[in-house]
Amino acid sequence: MADTNRSSLTTPLKRVRGLGSAGSGTDHFWKQRITALAQIPLTLAFVVVLLSIIGKGHAEVVAIVSQPLVAILMLLFVVTGMVHMKIGMQVIIEDYVHEELPKILLLALNTFFAIGVGVACVFAILKLSFGA
Amino acid sequence: MADSRLRIERPLSPHIQIYKPMLTMTMSIVHRITGAALYFGTLILAAWLIAAASGQASFATMQAVLGSFLGRLVLFGYTWALLHHMLGGIRHLVWDTGRGFGAVERELFAKLTLGGSIILTVLLWIVAYAVR
Repeated sequence: MADTNRSSLTTPLKRVRGLGSAGSGTDHFWKQRITALAQIPLTLAFVVVLLSIIGKGHAEVVAIVSQPLVAILMLLFVVTGMVHMKIGMQVIIEDYVHEELPKILLLALNTFFAIGVGVACVFAILKLSFGA
Repeated sequence: MADSRLRIERPLSPHIQIYKPMLTMTMSIVHRITGAALYFGTLILAAWLIAAASGQASFATMQAVLGSFLGRLVLFGYTWALLHHMLGGIRHLVWDTGRGFGAVERELFAKLTLGGSIILTVLLWIVAYAVR
């Protein structure tokens, strides 16, 4: 390791920051793992909510989703899911699209999609919770 | 700046088609496919939430669409993709701890993920029909 430092053009400060050429270090890796970990109990909670909703009419569904605990769990499920799927799709795009312009456009589209769907879900859950 | 068009045509390393298909490899591919499917499937969740937040009429229409044969088929597939991706994710989190890379364990993990996701999906739908 000491030898590579001597022949390297990077300064000790750049090396100790450990953020690599992309400048973000292990941020993506950790976000993927932490959101994945959070998604396990949140997915199970979401499934329980869905089971409690099945076959119910509009009024009953609104009554269930607007309960604070249910709404909070749904919001956490949606927000965590959007971050997880946004960085997941980013990897897929980076793996298969190598032309610079299409890659950048698809990565931008990916961000728009995740935030767009996320905001739509969050707004709908809040509207169901707080009423029209 | 080097002109990329002057790049020499070099032979590429062989891609997946020259390898014998194996369960662990298939599971890796399926994990990515289910992830991508879940990504686009969030549109259904967003549409359903917006319909519920928009009122009784739009909610009834959405319920009719999702309750149709095709709707149920998509939701069944979505349930499996969600559970498969979740179990596959747990497998990845175990691998992150450095465990489960042995020849026997990784085959077992793959079978548990696949079998578990199918069994859980069918069980969940039986419960869903029962509580409906």
